[in-house]
This record gives sequence, structure tokens and C-alpha cells, in this order.
Amino acid sequence: MKKLVVAGQYLVLVTASLLLLFPVLYAILVSLQNAAESVAYPPVFIPSQLNWQSYVKAMETAPVFRFIFNSFVVSAIVTIGQLITASLAAYAFSFLNFPGRNAIFYIFLSTMMIPWEVTIIPNYFTIRELNWLDTYQGLAVPFLASAFGTFLLRQAFMTLPRQLYDAARIDGCGHFRFFLTMVLPLSRPALGTLAVYSFLMTYNQYLWPLLVTNKDTMRTVQIGLAMLQWDQAAAWNSIMAGVILVSLPAALLLIAGQKQLVRGLTAGAIKG
Amino acid sequence: MDLQLRATLKDGGGRVGLRDLRRAMLYIGPSLVVFILFVFYPLVKSIRLSMHETNIIGVEKYYVGFSQYVEIFTAGNFGENLWLTLLFTIYTVIPGLVIGMFFAYIANWRLKGIGVFRTIFASPLVVAVASASMIWMLIFNPSAGILTFFLSKLGMSQVNWLSDPKWALISVCVVSVWRSLGFNTIVLLSGLQTIPEQLYESARIDGAGPFRQFKDITLPMMSPTLFFVFIVSMINALQTFGEINILTQGGPAGATNVIVYSIYREAFFNFHFSYASAQAIVLFFIILVLTVLEFVILEKKVFYR
Repeated sequence: MKKLVVAGQYLVLVTASLLLLFPVLYAILVSLQNAAESVAYPPVFIPSQLNWQSYVKAMETAPVFRFIFNSFVVSAIVTIGQLITASLAAYAFSFLNFPGRNAIFYIFLSTMMIPWEVTIIPNYFTIRELNWLDTYQGLAVPFLASAFGTFLLRQAFMTLPRQLYDAARIDGCGHFRFFLTMVLPLSRPALGTLAVYSFLMTYNQYLWPLLVTNKDTMRTVQIGLAMLQWDQAAAWNSIMAGVILVSLPAALLLIAGQKQLVRGLTAGAIKG
Repeated sequence: MDLQLRATLKDGGGRVGLRDLRRAMLYIGPSLVVFILFVFYPLVKSIRLSMHETNIIGVEKYYVGFSQYVEIFTAGNFGENLWLTLLFTIYTVIPGLVIGMFFAYIANWRLKGIGVFRTIFASPLVVAVASASMIWMLIFNPSAGILTFFLSKLGMSQVNWLSDPKWALISVCVVSVWRSLGFNTIVLLSGLQTIPEQLYESARIDGAGPFRQFKDITLPMMSPTLFFVFIVSMINALQTFGEINILTQGGPAGATNVIVYSIYREAFFNFHFSYASAQAIVLFFIILVLTVLEFVILEKKVFYR
């Protein structure tokens, strides 16, 4: 009986996985078909032979690796920037005493209530004024601070024992050195969470890069994909090959950093 | 949120003063500069823009007061777009929650290798909006698509999913729901994992079956998490843009012209920045109300115990 229940549970899990993954699996299959198979009706599922040509075609039609490179540069700038600005601010909110601290913390939190879409028009004007259209700084600088990240790191910093600070003071350690040599190393898990989270969010951005990039050489992955779609010569198999190529880095990040990502996503849901 | 900041560490005693503020600014300053330049200034500027007629590159020409807001609510398609956005929100949030809850429930079974299934259930999270939209465009393809093929096997006739005004919104919703499942499952699963096992044990001793356990333990204990996912999904749905831009461009005949897409079209195609800004401000207030609601209700934990 017990065994039967377990077998049933596995059956449910596998069925659910297949249904959920169906679009992705189908995309992989189509990417390995030849052009004729990918437009055939009734649809072909299993390619007659593994056809890697579609990947070559995708890379010829659009500079896919350039897009991936651009997205990596922007995501890296945003991730490192957010780690720096958010950890500094979180330190002030958890270890420093200064007038207006609660008020400033509320100001930080309030930025989470202002949706990005509401501010895109003036932000676009700002980037245009600065002559930052089609540049990495135009893509990255507006996202160099994060209220969510500050909140996340503040929660982590506040769990550090107070005695740690007292001991450091007795040793004549100033705030900045204490921050660098004690607080940051002890908060590696939280920093990892913020890093994985902000990298993935930036890598998958769509609306902002669509507005501020025009040149093919500056396109990020999500915008670049559309180039394959517009190209009349590109068949479904090479479009799907492009989709798989640009999704690979994010998929690897999910597998490597799932623990960190889960912690980041649930930070708002579960109160510590 | 716990705003009772803990007792702080003061060097050498005395009152906190400007010197402390100046030192704190070294830490807070970088974030504050970014927020001022790219969040607060643009919010104020959006409000200004909504009250001024602008030229084609967005320079304010003359003051028009609230006339854009009056126009939004009396003329044009804004009311219709708002209604579409609401429908879109309902059609994505409810299925996303129900299916996400199911996935979270089965991902919480204690079995060997369950970690693999959890990774699979999280995976829609990494498929970005453009990629997901391309894949679904292939699936929805009316003449040669796989959906048409399966439906024809079931004896149903061909549907032009993305170009039929009756079906376009639903089709885009399907893509959005699929994309939301990764996030919903992860967060709901983490909520399930905080429910103490003893509760289920004592329920079993009292003879409660799986359905009773789900209804009387899981759902009540999950209500804060469910509420959180509900509000976040709602805000996400209100901000949907990518799926629309790639799959339907707001069409056919405005059938998928949700607010954010309409803002984008008005501003960056029609160069009607003032009108677009007024729409953005209305969206801002809608999302503000939802966020405040979230904070207030989560803070009071009205659902808890």
C-alpha cells in the first residue's frame, strides 16, 4: 500500500513536470529539427536527425554572443553596484545612529512602491540628455541601488551579535574597517542571495533595454531575440536555437544558485 | 515590517548630531543619489509632464492642469484599457495561484529526489519574457502550431489564438500564467515548509483525511503567504508589457492594449508624453493602494492564528 502511494506520487510529479516543461522541451526539439521539419504540418516532434545547423544559422542571423556578452556586462555592473550600495546603506541602518534614521529608512522602502513603468518617460529623457543611449551606463546606472537589497542585507546584518562590534571597538577598529573585515565576510549568504537575484533580474530585463538601445551591437539578449523573429529567412528552428542559447546562462544560474535565489524570492513572504 | 530598529551603537556617548548624520551619509549617500535621480525626480517629473503639453521631444510647452486626466476618463480608450488590464489581472492571478498552490503542494512531498522536481518547478523563472513569448508564439501558430494540432485531434476547429479579438487576451494570459508559476511555486512551497509537522500528526490521530488536513491546516496557515503572492502577482500583472509587445502589439483592434503597453505607445510612438504620463500616474496610484494594502494587512497579520 505504502509503495503504491509513493509510486502514485512520483507519477503525479513526473506528469506535472512534463506539462510545465512542455514549452521548453518542445523548443529544444524544434531547435534540433531542420527548417522544413520545423514548419511542417502535422507538427514533427522528434527530429529525423540532430541538426545543429539551426544554432549556426541563429548565430549568423544575429550576433547572439554579442547579445549575451552585453547582457553579462550590464548584469555584472548592476549586481556589483547593488552589492556595494545596498551593503553600505544596510550597514548604516543597522550599526550607525544618526538623526532621521527611521525617516530615511522609510524613504528607501517607499521606492519599492513606485513601479518602474511609471518613471520610464522622465528616465528615458535623463539618459538621452546625458548622451547615454546605446551605452552600458545607460542600461545599468538607473539600477545601481536597490531598496529590496538594502532591506535584505539589513535583516542579515541585524542577526550579527552586538558583542562582535564591542570587541572590534576595543581593538581600535573603526566603522569602515569593521564593515569590511567583519560584517561583509560574516554575511556572505545574504550577499550571495542578492547577487543571484539581481543578476537574474537584470539579465532578463526587457522594457528598459528596448527603450535605450538601438544599435545591434548594444542590444541585450531579450531584445536581440526579436531580430531572429524579424528576419524572414530565419525559420522556427533557428529562432528556437536562439531562445535556447540565450536562456542557457540563466538556466545554469538557477541550477548553481537555486538556494540563494529561493532565499531572495521568499525574503518578502516570510517574516524573520 | 519591523521598523523598531534595534538599540544602536553609539561611540563615546552623547547625543546624536550632525556629525553622525554626515558620517552616515557616506554609507547611505550612494543609494540615495540613485534613488533621487532615477526614482523620486522622475516621479515628480511625471506629474509635471501630465499637466503640461509637450513638444515632440518632450519639452514642456504650456500648463494644461488636469485636462489630460479629464480626457483619460471621458474620451479615448483609457477606460477600456483599464478594464482590459483588470480582466488580464484576474485571468492571470487566480489561475497562477491555484496552479502554483498545486505545484507547491506536490513539491512538498517527502520523497527521494524531490529536489530535482523543485528545480523543475522553479524553471519558468529563468525563461525571460521574450524567450517565453517566442516559444508560445510557435505553439499558438494557427496554421502549423502544435496547439491547433492537438485541438484538431480532439475534433475542435482552428482558432487564430493571437489574431482573434476573442482569444488574444486569453492567449497572452496563458503565457503570463506559465511564466508566473516558477515564482509562485517557490514562494508557496517555502510557506508550506513553515507549517509544523506536529499539526498534521495530531490531525491524523484525530482521523482527519488529506482533504480535511488541507482545508483546516494548510490553507489557514498559508494565508499570509497566499496573500503575499496574490498582491505581488497582481502588481506584476498590472505591469505586464513584454508578452503584449511581442505577441500582439496591443491588438487585434486594441483587444490586448493594457495600460503599460498603452503608456509605451502613447509616449514612444505618438510622442504624446503628457497623455502617457497622466496614464502612468493613474497606474501609480492603483499600485500604491495595492502595496499599502499589502503592508497594512501583512503587518496586522489578520490572517494569522
